[in-house]
Amino acid sequence: MLTLLFDGIAYGMLLFVLAVGLAVTLGLMNFINLAHGAFAMAGGYITVLAMNRLGVPFLVCLPLAFLGAALLGAVLEPLLYRPMYARPHLDQVLFSIGLVFIAVTSVDYLVGSMQQNIQVPAWLQGRFDISWVGIGKYRLFIIVVCAALTLALQWVLSRTRFGSQLRASVDDRRVAGGLGLNVNRIFLLTFAVGSGLAGLGGALGAEVLGLDPSFPLKFMIYFLIVCSVGGTTTITGPLLAALLLGIADVMGKYYAPKLGAFIVYTLMIVILLVRPQGLFVRAGGGK
Amino acid sequence: MKSAAEGLKHAARWRWWELALLGGLLLSWLLLPGHALLLNEIAILALFALSLDLILGYSGIVSLGHAAFFGFGSYAAALFAKLVMPDPWIGMGVAIALAALLGAITSVLILRGTDLTRLMVTLGVASILYELANKLDWLTGGADGLQGVVMGPLLTPFGRFDFDIAGRVAYAYTLFVLIVCLLIGRRLVHSPFGYSLQALRDNRLRAASIGLSVNARLVAVYTIAAAIAGAAGALLAQTSGFSSLDVFDFHRSAEVLLVLVIGGTGYLYGGIFGAIVFKLLHDLVSAWTPQYWNFWLGVFLVVLVLVGRDKLIRPRTWWKK
Repeated sequence: MLTLLFDGIAYGMLLFVLAVGLAVTLGLMNFINLAHGAFAMAGGYITVLAMNRLGVPFLVCLPLAFLGAALLGAVLEPLLYRPMYARPHLDQVLFSIGLVFIAVTSVDYLVGSMQQNIQVPAWLQGRFDISWVGIGKYRLFIIVVCAALTLALQWVLSRTRFGSQLRASVDDRRVAGGLGLNVNRIFLLTFAVGSGLAGLGGALGAEVLGLDPSFPLKFMIYFLIVCSVGGTTTITGPLLAALLLGIADVMGKYYAPKLGAFIVYTLMIVILLVRPQGLFVRAGGGK
Repeated sequence: MKSAAEGLKHAARWRWWELALLGGLLLSWLLLPGHALLLNEIAILALFALSLDLILGYSGIVSLGHAAFFGFGSYAAALFAKLVMPDPWIGMGVAIALAALLGAITSVLILRGTDLTRLMVTLGVASILYELANKLDWLTGGADGLQGVVMGPLLTPFGRFDFDIAGRVAYAYTLFVLIVCLLIGRRLVHSPFGYSLQALRDNRLRAASIGLSVNARLVAVYTIAAAIAGAAGALLAQTSGFSSLDVFDFHRSAEVLLVLVIGGTGYLYGGIFGAIVFKLLHDLVSAWTPQYWNFWLGVFLVVLVLVGRDKLIRPRTWWKK
């Protein structure tokens, strides 16, 4: 029971790191980016290929995955994404579905369609058994890394100059621009960091979630659930939503395997029916 | 100065190209007997896209899970033929009624929230149905699909016809359903109801404040669109004798969106033109590079949106700034 809870939390934390970039894009640019999973997949593949083909150690791969995905985000944002911000949502959806299709088939072409396996280092394998709670070492590692990232993010957003500029741009883009903030540059940086985090999440999750070219499609709905249920105006909203989703999913798979993903979708629809703006919305948050 | 009534009548009159299109559809059955299978697929896709146009083009609801109704109709028709009776007309009626019921129930979900919420909820409904069809394998055959559907002969005033292997009877049947739905849709969008839909698409707040009951109209149009999508799904199951999980897949919802966008939204015929272009393109690219059709589909989507999707159907604007 507690073991399941623990696995659920690890899964939830992972989902949060994967989806937080999307929450920022959604809240900041009001842009529905279905292709977010593609950045996560990029990070995952960077890790897998660097480890298996070049023999780079796992811990070095993680920052590599972050940088690779962030770079990809930084290149794509001004080229492709920026013209899309002002478009209707239908255009954004079509555009990002197109990107997903491109990403899925290019990875298929370049690497192959088989499931990629990752060998985590020996010190992360196995589990501790504290009384009757089994704690997988790798899961613990995920929780620690993700918690550290969350704290760092929260700190950056609430304490630094960049964080307050970002929050200002989210609240009202026009006024922020009028006050002399370079909103485009803030968006670019944020998009790159968000993509980088997704890449890192993909690298961390390659062992847990599995990695194959259909990754962006398979997990797209999970990322979107995290954002739509958690709301996009805070960091804690998506975090709680991700934890909820992770725990519900792991528990559901264990106790009612026949129902499968049924529980998660039903839960999402019920929540959105009751609170269409998400569970945790800051009062007076505009938009 | 024309009166408003005259203006509306003018907008609703039959254009020459509409008649030409209908004539062309009928002629295609006569002139292209060897391609009936492909034409049948095109017509089903066109009907599916037509149903999406009612909610997307006319009412402005972005849906990522329209395949839910398509798939539901498909499974309903296949199961009805297998378990109850093989008559295609009654099966079609049952599938339409069930899909409409599903549409009426799920329409509650799309009334509230933002575009994102609607995307999520429609996607969620399609995913739930996918999971259901997957898990209820004693009924639906699960991942193997529902096999062994044998359709009875088609009873018409002109006699009874068995579905043949070349698909000519099937195509005639599909064409009939497509044209009937097209006429119903045409009547609908030129009615006061249709105009009120466009009003609430353009400005929901204003539509509500001049006294339109926005929610009731959305429920109605969503139900109608679901029924037509169910008809398209039933056609697929009845003419192929097969129904599989693929009908609920995300790919299908995305594909029908693309078809509609290629043809252009909001004038009812976009689905037909889009389906023709899409299927021909698909055949062409698949023959050239079968595995990576999705890649070119993606490239096409990205370029289409970057250039501006309105321009595709209005060649006059290509050289204008």
